[in-house]
Amino acid sequence: MTTTAPAATPPPAAPPSSAPAPGPDRPGFWRRFRDNRPAFVALVVLAVLVLASLAAPLIAPYAPEAIDVPRRLSLSTPDHWLGTDSLGRDTFTRLLYAGRVSLMAAALAVAIATAVGVPLGLLAGYVGGKVDWLLGRAGDVLMTFPAIILAIAIIAATGPGLQNAMVALGIVYAPRLFRVTRAATLQVRAETYVEASISIGTPAWKIIARRVLPNVASPVLVQVSVMLAAALLAEAALSLLGLGVVPPTASWGVMLGSGFKEIRSTPLLVFWPGVAIAVATLSFNLIGDGLRDALGRRIRKAAP
Amino acid sequence: MLGLLARRLAFTVPMLVVVSFCVFSLIVLVPGDPAVALAGENPDPEQIAAVRERLGLDDPFLVQFWHWFSGVLQGDLGQSLFSSQSVAAAVFSRLPATLSLALLSLAVALVLGVAVGVLAAMRPGTWIDRVATFAASLGVAVPYFWVGMILVLLFAINLTIFPAVGYVPLTENPLQWFLHLFLPATALGLAPAAVIARQTRAGMTGVLREDYVRTATAKGLPPARVVGQHALKNAAVPVVTAFGLEASRLIGGTVVIEQLFALPGLGNLAYTSVFARDFPMVQGVLLVVAALVLLINLLVDLSYGYFNPRIRQS
Amino acid sequence: MSAPATTSTLLGVSDLRVEFATDHGWSTVVAGTTFSVGEHEIVGLVGESGSGKTVTGLSVLGLLPRGVGRVASGSVTLGGRDLLGLSERELRSVRGNEVAMVFQEPMTSLNPAFRIGDQIAETVRLHRGGSRRAARDRAVEVLDLVGIPHARRRADDYPHEFSGGMRQRAMIAMAVSCEPSLLIADEPTTALDVTIQAQVLELLASMQAELGMSVLLVTHDLGVVAEVCERVVVMYAGQVVEQADVGELFDHPRHPYTEGLLAAMPQLGSRGHRLPSIPGRTPEPWAMPPGCRFAPRCEYALPACEEPPPLLTTRPDHLSRCLRHDELTLRGAR
Repeated sequence: MTTTAPAATPPPAAPPSSAPAPGPDRPGFWRRFRDNRPAFVALVVLAVLVLASLAAPLIAPYAPEAIDVPRRLSLSTPDHWLGTDSLGRDTFTRLLYAGRVSLMAAALAVAIATAVGVPLGLLAGYVGGKVDWLLGRAGDVLMTFPAIILAIAIIAATGPGLQNAMVALGIVYAPRLFRVTRAATLQVRAETYVEASISIGTPAWKIIARRVLPNVASPVLVQVSVMLAAALLAEAALSLLGLGVVPPTASWGVMLGSGFKEIRSTPLLVFWPGVAIAVATLSFNLIGDGLRDALGRRIRKAAP
Repeated sequence: MLGLLARRLAFTVPMLVVVSFCVFSLIVLVPGDPAVALAGENPDPEQIAAVRERLGLDDPFLVQFWHWFSGVLQGDLGQSLFSSQSVAAAVFSRLPATLSLALLSLAVALVLGVAVGVLAAMRPGTWIDRVATFAASLGVAVPYFWVGMILVLLFAINLTIFPAVGYVPLTENPLQWFLHLFLPATALGLAPAAVIARQTRAGMTGVLREDYVRTATAKGLPPARVVGQHALKNAAVPVVTAFGLEASRLIGGTVVIEQLFALPGLGNLAYTSVFARDFPMVQGVLLVVAALVLLINLLVDLSYGYFNPRIRQS
Repeated sequence: MSAPATTSTLLGVSDLRVEFATDHGWSTVVAGTTFSVGEHEIVGLVGESGSGKTVTGLSVLGLLPRGVGRVASGSVTLGGRDLLGLSERELRSVRGNEVAMVFQEPMTSLNPAFRIGDQIAETVRLHRGGSRRAARDRAVEVLDLVGIPHARRRADDYPHEFSGGMRQRAMIAMAVSCEPSLLIADEPTTALDVTIQAQVLELLASMQAELGMSVLLVTHDLGVVAEVCERVVVMYAGQVVEQADVGELFDHPRHPYTEGLLAAMPQLGSRGHRLPSIPGRTPEPWAMPPGCRFAPRCEYALPACEEPPPLLTTRPDHLSRCLRHDELTLRGAR
């Protein structure tokens, strides 16, 4: 896999049925990713999860808040495939709606981390010197706090709520993206063709946009995928504690938390949201592994 | 070794100061007037004034920090907003439960992770390796708090082997201490075990092919010593690095696990303080946790010197 | 035993067959090797890479990589005791104790994470027991023996603080620490500078004389053999092709492959000349010629060489696996 052809630009959104990847020696990014069976299966599973969550109003058999006290805490029945909770709400329906909240929350946290970490990483890696040192130490300091505990402390100041929780997580995760971006930037910065560009007076933003960003994209993408898994877990943990999503809105974490109260009578209530979180987390991790393998060990020369 | 220690301390001590500053600065995130926000629900002017007075909110920010930090240096973390308890006393009364949980979980993680990783590395490509690799992928993804719930369901509710909740201090009854912590520690330790197993497998696969491993066998050493001593020490650095990172994450996880298993630890204190908006208490917990993480990082860095003699002398 | 040993036999390798797992299934890499090493004797086991000489050395101590290599048949005896039949536990008491090994790469053969003295003392304690102190004293003693200056102090060093030559000395010290009856040295000088090579060879020879052990010196370099060995076993493509005393073999080689090896040996004073080399390369284990394995590269090959030749006694104490061993006049060392 180390034979490097002048790699074709990977078409990340290419449909699975796309023609054989271009490039005679090294198959295209999509082909390489697809040949990684666990990663590909994970992508399909995740796509199903996301689509099902988005289409919740269309496919859910009940309204998410529809209370049916007589049939509370029921097991799997023809009416309620996955049973009902302590208020008689349909578990399947709530799983779908909760998926929206959980996945959106994770995406929000990672988006914030990206928006903060990547530009600062570019800056530190490109400018170097004192700026780099200062930003690096700031990252070290943030990394000293375990993510959940720092998030809890931030929530202690700002008050509970999904938005606050996700902003907190985003801040906590930013240093990791910062490090990845900085490392990749430093690597590109040292390339001869970049040195040459700088010496003939190409403006920094042009070099960053044309040379640096394309090479930073791969490691960032891998990190984002893995981080989505972590954010999903963290959101669930915070919501479980009542510090994230506040009931009656459901997230998978909220469902776990309320289900745990009924664990002696209806263990199924903690089973399904746990499975949902585990499947989503595993998918993100496997996709991350797949991306790493498909993108790895290759410095892509950006188009001139 | 002393040189290494000095170099690491020269990094750790300033970090502690900066970390303290960050912990203290969190108060600027409180929206509006902190005194109003922190004085509880429907506060009367007197309560607000008391909070303002207690936190010294009228002073310039740096002066406030200095008051707080000079206290911290003398072991005074401040006063709870809602009880007469000192933060330091509260934090230290909660420390044993959290440390017990964390250390036991880390032991689970290290023993299980290294054992599985070594086994997989010794027989690459076999079913042992494949099962271990699969279990590790799963272990990283499955939420620890969910594992905790399932363990409670299986071993505390259905089989009643272990108690579901509660904590008994080690000094009181070591057996009960262990029984009460077994399920939470297992729940918390499995994910780091998976990470450590992956790292161990990766490191050991390479090391087991090294010439000095063959030398050790040719000397007549039994396989357990060839692998457990000669190979493992050389594969240790990335494993210990992973261990350090996981330790930090695991300490975060204690907050949730302590809630599920009703353990009176630091996480539980943080949890109740957040809902009570007892800000000095939250700061105290945060500071102690950060200090713990810095201590772990320091130990990890020092261990590099033990595992790799070249680091020691550079 | 087809080679009558001049002294009583210590190591007897008889019809040894070793197979390796390859992409082509289990392939035979050592095909019926027979030779012996007498007491107090230094024997060279010579061949190009791929000849099976290293594998033969590893087989003696059961050190073939697990799941990759296996002994298919044959016997290996040490002082009359069958080593291949030993249990793993019994074998461990032979390794490092009765039979010790020195490997090719001194830079990587010592464990970088442990002190040199400790690595030697570990061997001593393993086989001889005794206190840590005594083992450590023994480690210092053998380090001193192999010529490490300030041995007591240097025993506390880690391998990265030793030069390549010193590391190989340390390896030898470790090997002789339990006074083995046989030392197998696998290309002990190949990775070293020329000047250091000579010192290490000299050390091996003096250790052998001093401790009265036998040495099986595995090498591709006939020059090394000439330096220290009494007898030579030449291997090609998994078979022994010639076996004789050093003087006899160098003066009157009886196998074309040996002639080629001798011609390729650098000579003092022959600077500037291009060394002749044997054309072609060792066949892969899964694509062995059916007859004489050297025939495709042999300038003397006849149609009769399509049949596999046996190992023939050409003169007393001189064996050759060449049909034409009697009729050819081959060039010896110049």
